[in-house]
Amino acid sequence: MSMTATAGHTHADPHQIGRVVEHTGPAPKRIVTAYGFWIFLISDIVMFSCFFAAYAVLVDQTAGGPKGSEIFDQRNVAIETVCLLLSSFTCGMASIAADEHNRFWFYLGMAVTCVLGLIFLAVEFREFADLVARGYGPSRSAFLTSFFSLVGCHGLHVSAGVLWLLTMMAQVFAKGFRADILRRMRCFALFWHALDIIWVGVFSVVYLLGSGA
Amino acid sequence: MLGKLDWSAIPFGQPIPLIAGGVVLVGVLAVLMWVVVKGHLPYLWHEWITSVDHKRIGVMYILLASVMLLRGGSDAIMMRIQQAIAFQSQGYLPPEHYNQIFSAHGTIMIFFVAMPFVIGLMNLVVPLQLGVRDVAFPTLNSVGFWLTATGALLVNLSLVVGEFARTGWLAFPPLSELSYSPGVGVDYYAWSLQISGVGTLVAGINLVTTVLKLRTKGMNYLRMPMFCWTTLASNLLIVAAFPILTATLAMLLLDRYLGFHFFTNEAGGNVMMFMNLIWAWGHPEVYILVLPAFGIFSEVVSTFSGKALFGYRSMVLATMAICVISFMVWLHHFFTMGAGPDVNAIFGIASMIIAVPTGVKIYNWLFTMYGGRIRFATPMLWAVGFMVTFIIGGLTGVLVAVPPADFMLHNSMFLVAHFHNVIIGGVLFGAFAGFEYWFPKAFGFRLDERWGKLAFWFTFSGFYITFVPLYVAGMLGMTRRMQHYDVAEWRPWMIVAAIGMAVLSIGVICQIMQLVVSIRNREALRDRTGDPWDGRSLEWATSSPPPVFNFAFHPDVRGEDAYWDMKVHARKQALEHAVPEYHDIEMPRNSPTGFVCAFFATVMGFALIWHIWWMVILGAIGAFATFVVFAWRDHDEYVIPAAEVAAIDRVNLEERRSLVSMAGAV
Repeated sequence: MSMTATAGHTHADPHQIGRVVEHTGPAPKRIVTAYGFWIFLISDIVMFSCFFAAYAVLVDQTAGGPKGSEIFDQRNVAIETVCLLLSSFTCGMASIAADEHNRFWFYLGMAVTCVLGLIFLAVEFREFADLVARGYGPSRSAFLTSFFSLVGCHGLHVSAGVLWLLTMMAQVFAKGFRADILRRMRCFALFWHALDIIWVGVFSVVYLLGSGA
Repeated sequence: MLGKLDWSAIPFGQPIPLIAGGVVLVGVLAVLMWVVVKGHLPYLWHEWITSVDHKRIGVMYILLASVMLLRGGSDAIMMRIQQAIAFQSQGYLPPEHYNQIFSAHGTIMIFFVAMPFVIGLMNLVVPLQLGVRDVAFPTLNSVGFWLTATGALLVNLSLVVGEFARTGWLAFPPLSELSYSPGVGVDYYAWSLQISGVGTLVAGINLVTTVLKLRTKGMNYLRMPMFCWTTLASNLLIVAAFPILTATLAMLLLDRYLGFHFFTNEAGGNVMMFMNLIWAWGHPEVYILVLPAFGIFSEVVSTFSGKALFGYRSMVLATMAICVISFMVWLHHFFTMGAGPDVNAIFGIASMIIAVPTGVKIYNWLFTMYGGRIRFATPMLWAVGFMVTFIIGGLTGVLVAVPPADFMLHNSMFLVAHFHNVIIGGVLFGAFAGFEYWFPKAFGFRLDERWGKLAFWFTFSGFYITFVPLYVAGMLGMTRRMQHYDVAEWRPWMIVAAIGMAVLSIGVICQIMQLVVSIRNREALRDRTGDPWDGRSLEWATSSPPPVFNFAFHPDVRGEDAYWDMKVHARKQALEHAVPEYHDIEMPRNSPTGFVCAFFATVMGFALIWHIWWMVILGAIGAFATFVVFAWRDHDEYVIPAAEVAAIDRVNLEERRSLVSMAGAV
C-alpha cells in the first residue's frame, strides 16, 4: 500500500525537542460522543450568558413596577435550590449504577432525580403564576421581562431534561445497558449537571443579589 | 383555525413577486414531476436525501447555496436597476417591495449562500484531509443540512405567502418590533434564521469534534492541512457565536409574540442591547465565513505553485489570532451611536489590530508563490483575484475602523462597497476557487477550463465595475438602502454600477455554462487517478469520487503535506507491490431522521409565523417522536466486507501506480 510506504524518512520532531507525541488515530466513539456533547453544553452556556447579560442590563428598568426584593420569596428559592442540588447527587448515583449495569439502582436514582426535577418545576411554575396573578407578568417592565426569560429559559431546559430522563429510562427498560445507550446516559448526566451549574448562577445573580436592596 | 393566514396573504395585486413565485413553483413542480416520472425518486431518497455520507451532504449544501445564490443575485439585479432609474422618480419598485428586497438579499446571501457554501466545502473535504471515514456525528450532519434547507424554504415561501421583513438583514428594533412591523415579515425572518441557526450550530459542533477527535494516525495538529485549521477556527466561532444569535432572536420574538420588553421603546426596553448582542454574533460571523476561504486559498496557492505553504506555523497562529480577536471588535459597527470616545478608540484599535494577522496571511501566500512553478488554472485565478481584491477591501475596512472617518462614512454606500468588497472578494471568490478545485474530487471529472476562465474574468471585472462606483457614491454622500434620490451627481455612478451588475451576471452565466459543458464532456474530462492537480494533502490520496468509506486504510501520516510526501517517496523507492491485507469496514447506516425532522421543523416554523397554534403542537410532537424513533434503532451501522473493499481499492491503486511510475520516469 503506497500510503504506508514512507516509513523512515520522517521529521516527527523537527526541532529535536524530544517530547513529540505521535497522534494515534481517531478516538473511540465513547470519547467522541461525550466530547461533542461538551461542545454543545459550552454553546448552551453562551446562550444563557446572553440572558444573564440582558438581565444585568435591564435589572433596574422597573418602569414603576416592583423591584426584585419586593417579589422574590426566599423560601421558594431555597426549596428549588435544595431540589436541584440533591437531584444532581441522585443523577450521579444513576450514572454509577448504569456503569455497573445495576438496573435497580439506576431506576431508583433516575426516578428520584425525576421527582426532584418535577418538584423544582412545580415550585417555579407556582412562583410565575403567582407573579402573573398579581399583575407582575413579563410585560409589566423590562426588569420582569429579563427575569422571566432568564429563569424561564432555565426552567425550559429542566423540562426538556425531564423528558429526556424519562426517554432514557424507557430506553434502558427496552434495550438494556447497551454501549450506545450508556453513551447517551453520559450525555444526559452532563446536561443535568450543567443545568445545576447554571442554577447556581441564577441563584446568585438573580435571587441573592436581588433580595438585598 | 388558520391563525392570521387568509387569502390576503397572497400578493394578488403585486405582479413581480407573484410572477417570480409562480415561475419558481412551476420550476420546482416540473423538476419533481421529472424525477417521479423518470423513476429517480427511489435513487434520490436512498442515495441522497437520507444519506449520512459527509461527501453527499457537502454536495447538497453546495447545491442549496448555488440555487439561493441565483435568488439573492436576482434581488441584487433588481436593486441595481431600481437605483439606476429612480433618480427624481419612483423607479419601478414600490418602497415596501424595495425594502423587502434589500432585506431578503442580505439575509439570503449571508445565511443561505455563504454559510451553506463554506459548510458544504468543509463537510466535503475535511474528513478526507484528515484521513478518516466520516464526521463525528453523521446523522446529526444530515439533520443540520435539512434544517438549513428548511430555513431557506421558509424565506422563499415568504415571496408568495405573506411578506418578508422590510427591516434590513439584521432587523434592528424598534423598527422590527410589533408596533412598527405588524406584519409577518419579521416573523418569517426570525423563525427561518432560528431554524437554520440550529442547523448551523449542529454543523459547527460536528466539525469541531471531527477535527479535534477524529484524525488519522500521525495527523498531529501541526501536520493538518491549512484548510483543517481554518475549519477548526471557523467552527469554534460558530459554537461561540451562533448561540448569541439564537438568544437575540428569541428575545425579539418574545417581544413580538408575548409582549415582552427587551428592545421596545416602552417599559424600560433597551434598543442598544440589541445592537450589542446582534453584532457580538455578527462580527464573528464574517470571520466564520472568510476563515474557511482563507484555508481554501492556502490549499490552492500551495498546490498550483508546486510548493509547500510558506510560513505554515505563522499561518496557524494568524488563523487562531483572528479567531480570538474577532470577538473583540463588534462595536465598530455602531461607532456613531454614542458609546463615547474611549470605548470607540479601544474598538477602533482592536479593529486595526485584526488586520495584522490577515496581512500575515497575504504575505505568506505571496511568498508561497515566489519562486514557485505557478500554474494558472481556474482555482488559482480566483486565488490571485482574491488577493488583489481583498487587499483593497481590507484597506477600506481599516479606513472605516477609524472612528472619526466612520462618522462620515457610516451607513453610506462606501460601507456597502466595503463589505461587498471583502465578502465577494473573500468569501465568494474563495467558494468558487474551492468549487473548481474540489469538483473533480467530488464527481470524478474536471470542470471545463475555458468556461471557467471566462467566468472568472467576467465576475472579476464585473465586480469592480459594480462596486468601485459605490465607493464614489458613498464619498459623495449617498446613504444606503435608498429607494429613490434627487442628487444628480450620484446618477452616473448608479448607472455604471448597473452595467457592472450585467457583466457580473455574464460571469454567473459562464459558471452555469461551465457546468453544462463539463457534464456533457465528462468522459474526456474524467479524472482516473484521484489526483488531477498534483495535490499535496490526503483528499488526493483516494479515488475521485472517493468510495463511501473514503480510505481502505487509515493513512499513516509522517509529516506536513502528507500526500506529497507519499508521492515523493513512492517515486524514489519505486512502489511497493505487496498486496495489502483488507479488512471489513463499518459505516453508519443511512437515515431519514434529518429529512423528517426538517419536515416537522417546516410545519412548526410556518405555524409559528402565522400563529396556528394547534399546528405548532403537532410539529413539536412530530419532532420529538422522530428523535425517539431514531434513538430506538438497533442497527445504526452496516459492514462492507473486506473483499468488496479490496475490489474497489485495487482499481484506484492500479491507476495511481501507473501515474506515479510515469511521473517517476520523467
